[in-house]
Amino acid sequence: MAAVSIQKVFKSFGSTEVIHGVDVDIGDHEFVVLVGPSGCGKSTLLRMIAGLEKITAGEIAIGNVVVNTVPPKERDIAMVFQNYALYPHMTVYNNMAFSLLLARAPKAAIDERVREAAGILSLTPYLDRYPRQLSGGQRQRVAMGRAIVRNPQVFLFDEPLSNLDAKLRVQMRTEIKLLHQRLRTTSVYVTHDQVEAMTMADKIVVMRDGHVDQTGTPLELYDSPVNLFVAGFIGSPAMNFIRGRIVRNGGAPSVRADDGTDLPLPPDAAGEEGRPVHYGVRPSDLALTDTAGVETTVGVIEPTGADTFLYGTMAGSEICAMFTERHGFEPGQKVRLMPRLDRVHLFDGESGQHL
Amino acid sequence: MVAEAPKVPGRSYQLSLWARLNNNRDILGLFFMLPAAVILLLFLTYPLGLGVYLSMTDSRIGGVGNFIWFENFEWLYGDRVFWLAVFNTLLYTIAASIIKFALGLWLALILNHHLPFKAFIRAIVLLPWIVPTVLSAIAFWWLFDSQYSIISWALQKMGIIDQYIDFLGDPDNARASVIAANIWRGIPFVAITLLAGLQTISVSLHEAATLDGATPWQRFRHITLPMLTPIIAVVMTFSVLFTFTDFQLIYVLTRGGPLNATHLMATLSFQRAIPGTQLGEGAAIATAMIPFLITAILFSYFGLQNRKWQHGGRDD
Repeated sequence: MAAVSIQKVFKSFGSTEVIHGVDVDIGDHEFVVLVGPSGCGKSTLLRMIAGLEKITAGEIAIGNVVVNTVPPKERDIAMVFQNYALYPHMTVYNNMAFSLLLARAPKAAIDERVREAAGILSLTPYLDRYPRQLSGGQRQRVAMGRAIVRNPQVFLFDEPLSNLDAKLRVQMRTEIKLLHQRLRTTSVYVTHDQVEAMTMADKIVVMRDGHVDQTGTPLELYDSPVNLFVAGFIGSPAMNFIRGRIVRNGGAPSVRADDGTDLPLPPDAAGEEGRPVHYGVRPSDLALTDTAGVETTVGVIEPTGADTFLYGTMAGSEICAMFTERHGFEPGQKVRLMPRLDRVHLFDGESGQHL
Repeated sequence: MVAEAPKVPGRSYQLSLWARLNNNRDILGLFFMLPAAVILLLFLTYPLGLGVYLSMTDSRIGGVGNFIWFENFEWLYGDRVFWLAVFNTLLYTIAASIIKFALGLWLALILNHHLPFKAFIRAIVLLPWIVPTVLSAIAFWWLFDSQYSIISWALQKMGIIDQYIDFLGDPDNARASVIAANIWRGIPFVAITLLAGLQTISVSLHEAATLDGATPWQRFRHITLPMLTPIIAVVMTFSVLFTFTDFQLIYVLTRGGPLNATHLMATLSFQRAIPGTQLGEGAAIATAMIPFLITAILFSYFGLQNRKWQHGGRDD
């Protein structure tokens, strides 16, 4: 097992630069998730770690060895592909044994390791089956088994759960996390699903347009997003944003929304008078009040059982509020919602950076 | 839903019969299959049956023959030219098919890589196949000409040979020459079909194998080849059938000569039946091809059978 260090890495396809200088440090045993919208370069970055794409500039090191020119098979990494990439003409056993057979490992050792991995992944009854005879979840496990038997320095996962249905995805999420807790192999996991990132990662790297926007633990990203993009990307339902300008009002600053409504701010809020900002507050940080707070028109109520979601209009913007208690609102009803002042985020109106 | 049918006195029975026929799946199915069945019977079964029948008669052109059972075949059994044609056909088919397969696969593997002007090159590769056989045969005739051959000319200018090669005049040279012409013509079919097969193999399988530590040769051996087997079986069956029944190339290039060295069963059959007017004997030679063709088809039948890994489950 090894740490992975990515230093000022650039990647161009022809004249199109898709990754513009990315730095990521992945500690030994760490489970790091690269997350971002499609086309942000996260998969390309992963493929560069694997050696399937050339590194245009910069350096990638695995366990202190710079691997820029090391061919993939000598990097001692294993990868789980989005479509599993199982060899259709080989049994589950041979799929898992293939790399060991190529490495000319002794037959007994191969057998022991394949059976051990199959045991971990509860694949023992299926060793003689072909991939086509397996369900999606089983194929997914074979793909992981193929990675496990090699006992590599680093596991790479390229959106491994996106071909599974919602229920299975949640189940496999837990299985992968358990597997990591058991094997402690350094893992790099690519996904576009922020829920997967939040639930699985020791550390999340949020990428956008070939840049790293923010790196941190799931809760760091949730509590202190550095910019509008991270704030909107992390968390479900997404953070509410209302455009406005800062009004200092002496000691009681607020944000005056474009429709004239005043949104409360904590007394120590940053930003000078008149500065255009995005006022951000998470759905769970809006509390129902009688007199204070901001008037909100109820649009739709979604009771999910555990939580109740209110979609409505606050200060001219569509917002969502989440309550753990049950409420019987009517569409069109006016309610007052009070943001938790210590959880209000302000982002610059132009750059989107957190103030 | 049952609609109230208007009652027409006196004609209700006929209407309902027509309606019943119209809604009977079996009768409709039969009706729809009729055109195909007629075409098959008229243009496939009848000529084949007539050929087999003729092979058991002593028919000549312009006359009705007598039914003589297997006399034609007994006669052919002792005919050295017939056995030479059988040998030539097998040699021609086996040699040409093996080389077409090897070169075609190689070409397909090259074309499967990223090449500049990929579409253009693929179109060019198809050229030998779309040119009418007779045209390309005439071109080869010139290439193999004993006095004007550009191949001989080039080899002589390069100082490799002293004397022009008699491509079509010497039995061994003639065999090699017609096989070469057949290979040239048959490669595109093999290459393009195998290329289509190669493109169905997911790139990520090769990437996975690379990460598993496979060398390019091991990837070919353990990924490409096994996954291509079903398509290879189809392509090679067709290629063998086309080659075995080849007529045009030989007829234009050598007409079976010299000394019957390039006579195939198809050309010999034609020569005996039409210019030689011995319809029955020609038909017997053609009929004698059937066992060979059935053998080739049986080979592919077992080769084509789904492998176990192709069974069951969804494809994705």
